[in-house]
Amino acid sequence: MAAEPKKRKPIVEIKEFKQYFNAGKKSEVRAVKDVSFSIYEGETFGLVGESGSGKSTTGRALIKLGDLTGGQITYKGQDISGIKRRKDLLKFRKSMQMIFQDPYASLNPRLTVKEIIGGALKVHGMSENSKERTERVYELLESVGLNRQFANRYPKEFSGGQCQRVGIARALAVEPDFIICDEAISALDVSIQAQVINLLIELKESNNLTYLFIAHDLSMVKYISDRIGVMNNGRILEVCEADELYIAPLHPYTESLLSAIPTPDPETERSRVRTEYDPAYHHYDDLDNVRLHEIAPEHYIYCHKDEVALYRKKREKLLKKAKQYA
Amino acid sequence: MEDRTILEVNDLAISFQTFEGVVQAVRGVNFSLKKGETLAIVGESGSGKSVSTKAINRLLPKKNTIIESGEILFEGRDLLTVSEKEMQKVRGNDIAMIFQDPMTSLNPTMQVGKQIAEPVMKHKGVSKEKAKQRALELMDLVGIKEPTKKYKHYPHQFSGGMRQRVMIAIALACEPKILIADEPTTALDVTIQAQILDLMNKLKKELDTSIIFITHDLGVVAQMADRVAVMYAGQIVEIGTADEIFYNPMHPYTWGLLASMPTLDVGQTDLYTIPGSPPNLLNPPEGDAFAARNEYALEIDFHKEPDLFKITDTHFAKTWLLHPSAPSVTPPNEVVRRKEKYESLQSGKSQAIRVGGEAIGSRT
Repeated sequence: MAAEPKKRKPIVEIKEFKQYFNAGKKSEVRAVKDVSFSIYEGETFGLVGESGSGKSTTGRALIKLGDLTGGQITYKGQDISGIKRRKDLLKFRKSMQMIFQDPYASLNPRLTVKEIIGGALKVHGMSENSKERTERVYELLESVGLNRQFANRYPKEFSGGQCQRVGIARALAVEPDFIICDEAISALDVSIQAQVINLLIELKESNNLTYLFIAHDLSMVKYISDRIGVMNNGRILEVCEADELYIAPLHPYTESLLSAIPTPDPETERSRVRTEYDPAYHHYDDLDNVRLHEIAPEHYIYCHKDEVALYRKKREKLLKKAKQYA
Repeated sequence: MEDRTILEVNDLAISFQTFEGVVQAVRGVNFSLKKGETLAIVGESGSGKSVSTKAINRLLPKKNTIIESGEILFEGRDLLTVSEKEMQKVRGNDIAMIFQDPMTSLNPTMQVGKQIAEPVMKHKGVSKEKAKQRALELMDLVGIKEPTKKYKHYPHQFSGGMRQRVMIAIALACEPKILIADEPTTALDVTIQAQILDLMNKLKKELDTSIIFITHDLGVVAQMADRVAVMYAGQIVEIGTADEIFYNPMHPYTWGLLASMPTLDVGQTDLYTIPGSPPNLLNPPEGDAFAARNEYALEIDFHKEPDLFKITDTHFAKTWLLHPSAPSVTPPNEVVRRKEKYESLQSGKSQAIRVGGEAIGSRT
């Protein structure tokens, strides 16, 4: 998975992104305080954190479902806040799609599957006539593992997993390069989750996609992601490659998050030690030197400049320990 | 844990009258619960796990529920036949319940303290003052800080995790003999979930309550359960101790569930999937309900429902694969790995004994 990092080209770059709701009012909510990361072409970037940590807000800002309060987001080298004209917006949205959490709520109950998926094709002028459109809908349905006879059915006639497949087919219809999956499997049953995850991985290979995978289920995120960002309280606290995050979690919040995941293994559970995270930890007085620091190649931690050496030592220790057990 | 059975569910079958016809939600469920043990019931949505447990507390809608057969024995009485008045004395007093969504199951217009004190007054017949005292104790017990101040708060002033603590306090108010927890942590974040699970385990030890824990998360099961029942399409397809279910599963559905969960191990490359989706219980398929999704299905699975085969005194599974004349099959890799661990666990135990024996031998 870890290709040579030098060669990789970022498709998305987020710099010091801030999002405040009701800014300036008494009811101001600072959903995202400071988020910077980039996503390379062809990878799956996982974004994890508790509810309210700002991970969905980040995803929504990325696809322009709301204006940024501060910072800059570039997609394929273009600042997305500069995209204003309808024509440009259409082009942008054709290239970036989203799969939502609730498979029922995100499909129009009054439209058939054919109209839902065909609608995307129509808006983007991707088909000459309705016959061609129908053909393409059939193809898409089959590519997500649904029967083409389902095209004339309404969303309520499907199970949750099937609905999510329709949502995926709709996202794929416009042949995007980048897909945001916002808790795309959280509402599904365990046995269906694995089906959808495997489908997403398959489609990524066949369509050359890049994913931003937002979720709170760390074990699924680890399975699908190349790199992972951990968010808490509106900030990215740690970014690194998926395997490294689990071998050498450096930030205390990441440690507490990992120690809280129950694993389907009674032996491990009996001997589990949980660590608790004290949010006071990242209340720094001197904010000038506090930002994401690179501890090792591709491993970033949100910390004070003086802490960098400490984290480096910690990482080496953990890696050594991991090697012993391997 | 004592070896005394306090609840027995025998051959329970429940259907619902719907617009489309009769849905057979629970189709012959048997299990028992011992004093002080935690029994986890796992299964997908629609497998009948919530329905079976709601039947214990008689919380199913009267209008369209049909109890086809069965009995629920609690302290010698069949809860399905006692009068509603008598049931009210059991509900919340002997058998309490915690629900999934703490926001919709608390009264939004009532102070949380009063909601905790209410069952104490109702069931124990104590004075208002005493009930308040008890409520404050309970709030302290479940880890709500500054109980006297929080007593007067309303549910909307609490976070999800704190609300679930209130729910637990209400459920524990009358020191119930059985606590039924229906997906109590599904709506919570992992870190909060860990706190609530720790709390439940601690309280179980202190109060010696028996718990029926309903969930679809096998990780949570591993942490909580003494015994596990796996439900599929309204039936228990496998039941056994936690070690037996996690390290020596016998039913292909349990295999599928365990293998389709990613582990935290480094470098995992493939994820097993169970194909298809659960059957419609309006007219359940003939034979084994899991057969259509089962890559290990035998010819007979499509005609005849499997018996419940005994593996050990505590471990049973409903699959024809355990029949003496069934062919032997190789389960998914992840399950093979688990079975190896089971063997090493077993031999580890016997080895420990052997080592001990040697030590004694060398001394004499």
